[in-house]
Amino acid sequence: MSTWTARRDAIAGHSLFWPALALIALVVANTVYRPGFLAVEMKDGHLYGSLVDILRLSAPLILVALGMTLVIATGGIDLSVGSMCAISGAVACLYISKQPDQNAVGGVLISLVLGVGLALVLGAWNGALVAVIGIQPIIATLILMVAGRGLAQLITEGQIITINSDPYKAIGVGHLLTLPLSIFIAAAVTVLIMLVTRRTALGLIIESVGGNAQASRLAGIRSGRIMFLVYVISAVCAAIAGFMITANVSSADGNAAGQWIELDAILAVVIGGTSLAGGRFSLGGTILGALIIQTLTTTVYAMNISPQTSLLFKAVVVIIVCLVQAPAFRARIVPRRAAGPAAPAVTDQPKEQVPA
Amino acid sequence: MTTTTPSQISGRQRWRIPQRHVPVLATLALLLVMYAVGVSQYRAFSNVQVVFNVFIDNGFLLVVAVGMTFVILTGGIDLSVGSVVAMTAMVCASLLQAGTPAPLVLVIALLIGPTLGFLMGLVIHFFEIQPFIVTLAGMFFARGMCTLISKSSIPITDEFWTVAAQQRIGDPHGNFVSISVLIAFVVVLVAAYVLAYTRLGRNVYAIGGNPQSALLMGLPVARTRIAVYTISGLCAAIGGILLSFYTLSGAPLIAVGMELDVIAAVVIGGTVLTGGSGYVFGTVLGVLVLGVIQTLITFDGTLSSWWTKIVIGGLLFAFILLQRLIGIRKK
Repeated sequence: MSTWTARRDAIAGHSLFWPALALIALVVANTVYRPGFLAVEMKDGHLYGSLVDILRLSAPLILVALGMTLVIATGGIDLSVGSMCAISGAVACLYISKQPDQNAVGGVLISLVLGVGLALVLGAWNGALVAVIGIQPIIATLILMVAGRGLAQLITEGQIITINSDPYKAIGVGHLLTLPLSIFIAAAVTVLIMLVTRRTALGLIIESVGGNAQASRLAGIRSGRIMFLVYVISAVCAAIAGFMITANVSSADGNAAGQWIELDAILAVVIGGTSLAGGRFSLGGTILGALIIQTLTTTVYAMNISPQTSLLFKAVVVIIVCLVQAPAFRARIVPRRAAGPAAPAVTDQPKEQVPA
Repeated sequence: MTTTTPSQISGRQRWRIPQRHVPVLATLALLLVMYAVGVSQYRAFSNVQVVFNVFIDNGFLLVVAVGMTFVILTGGIDLSVGSVVAMTAMVCASLLQAGTPAPLVLVIALLIGPTLGFLMGLVIHFFEIQPFIVTLAGMFFARGMCTLISKSSIPITDEFWTVAAQQRIGDPHGNFVSISVLIAFVVVLVAAYVLAYTRLGRNVYAIGGNPQSALLMGLPVARTRIAVYTISGLCAAIGGILLSFYTLSGAPLIAVGMELDVIAAVVIGGTVLTGGSGYVFGTVLGVLVLGVIQTLITFDGTLSSWWTKIVIGGLLFAFILLQRLIGIRKK
C-alpha cells in the first residue's frame, strides 16, 4: 500500500470528511446556480453576503444542536428544545415589554437571567424525569414539548409580544467587528462546550454513560448526575437560541418561535456523525451539520421554493444520512473489501510483543 | 420476574385487579370524574349531544390513535401520522378540485398512506434504523408534499364530500352523529378484533414484549413490524379523509403536532410505551379524555385553548409515572 492511498484512506475515514464534503458540494452547487453566492461586500462597516447570512441564521440552530449533541451522546434525545426556545424568548420579551425604558441594558440583562433561570428549571425537570425516575428520554421530553407550547402561550397570553429594545435586538441582528453578533455568541458557546468536554474528562464521561450507563455507574461515574446535567445544558443552549430567534423579529410568538428546530437539531447532530445510539459525539460534526442544514434551507429559499417544501429535501437527506450510517445497510450494499487487506496487517504483529 | 406461581393465583390475591388493567381503569375513572365535574358545573353538559360532539370532533383523532396503538404495542413509534393526515386531506382536496371522480379519489387517498408506512417499515426493519428517526423523515416528507401540492388551503365542494360532512345520523330526540363517527367505530372494532383474536394481533404483542424471544419462537417478526407501520399509515390515511370531511378543505399546515396528541391519547389510554401491553379500548378512552378536556375548556369560556396543551402534558406525565410505578412494582 502506497503512502498516498493510506493518506487518502485516512482523510476519507475522518469523521468530518463526509459532512465537510456535503457542505462544500452545497456551496459549489449554489455558486454555479447563482454566481454572486460567494460575494461578500462591506456596507456601513458591516460585512454582507449570502455566506454571512447563512452563518447568522444558523447561529440558533448551532446552539440548540450543541446541547442536543451532548444529550444524544448519553443515548437520550431532547424533543422539548423548540418549546424551550419559545418559553425563554417569551419570558425575556414579556419582562422587557413591562419595563418603562425598554432600551435600558440592565433591564435586558435581567430579562436574559430570567429566561435562562426558567430554562434551568425546565432542564432540571427533563433531567429529573430521565435520570431520577427513569422515563425514556423521547417520552420524558415529549411532555414538555406538548405542554411547553402551552406554557409559552400562557406567558404571552396567546398574544405576540412586540418589543422595542435595541440592546435585546442586538442579540439577533447586532454587529460586532463587522460580523453579526449572533455568530460570536454561537462561537463563544461552542468554544466553551468544546473546552469543557475535550479539555476535561467530562466529554469522555458523557461518552461512557452513553455507551453503557450501568457499566459507567459501576465504574464509579455518577451516570444519573451526568444525564441530568446534559438536559440542563441543552435547555440553556435552547434558551439562548430562543433569545436570538425572538430578538431577530423583536417579538415573541409562543406558537411559532422555535418550531421544527428540535427536528433540525437532531438532523444536524446525525449528519455530523454522532450516533443516535449514544456513546460517541462530534461537536465539530454537529456544527458542520447545522451549517449544511442552514445552507440547504437558504438554497431552497433562493430557488423560490416555499420554506415548508424544504422539509421534503430534509427528509431525503435524513434518510440518506441514516442509511449511510446504518451498519445493516452498509453490510447489504457495500461489498466487504475493507476487511480483506486490513486483517493480515493485524496478524503480522508478533504476538508476544511487550508494550514499551 | 413477572411469572405468577400457582399458589399466588389461588391465594388471597385472586381478587386483586390485574396490574395490566390498572392504567385503563385509571383512565376510565379519570374520564368519569371529568364528566361528573362537567355535569355538576354546567347544566348543558349533561346533554347527550355533548358526548356525541366529542366523538364528532375527534373521530379522525380516534382512527389515527388506533393505528398508533399497533405501532406502540410493538415498541415502536410513528411520528409521521400528523403529516400523513394532512397530506391525505391535501391530495383529496386537490384531486377533487381537478375534477377527479370521488370514488377514485378515495382509492388513491387510501393507497398513499399505507404505501409510505410500508416503505418506512421496510427501512426500519431491514436497515435497523430507529423507528423514531425514519418516521421523522416520513413526517418531513409528507409535510413537504403538502406544500408542494399547494401553498394555500383548497376548499372541497364535491357533492359526495359535502353529503358525508353534513349527513346527520340521529335519534328522534334530535341528537346526532356524523358519518365519520360511524367510520371511526368500524375502524375501532376491526382493530380490536385484529389485536385480540388474530394471529397478527398475537404477534404484535409478542414482539412488543420481547422481540428477541418472538424471533426465536419463529414468529414472523419482519412481516409484523412492517405490517404495523402499514396499518398506522392506513389509519392515518382514513383519518385524513375524515378530517377532510370535517373541515371540507385541505390545508398544508393542518394537523401540525397531531402526532403528539395521538401519542398522548395512546399513552393516557394505558398502552405501555415500551410495548407489549395495552388495548384499543384504552386508546378510545384516551381520545375521549382529550376530547372531554377540550369540551370542559370550551364550556368554561374563561380558560384559553393553550390550557389544553398544558393539561394534556400534565396528564401524559401522570400516566407515564403510573406506568413506571407499576413497572417498578413488577420487579
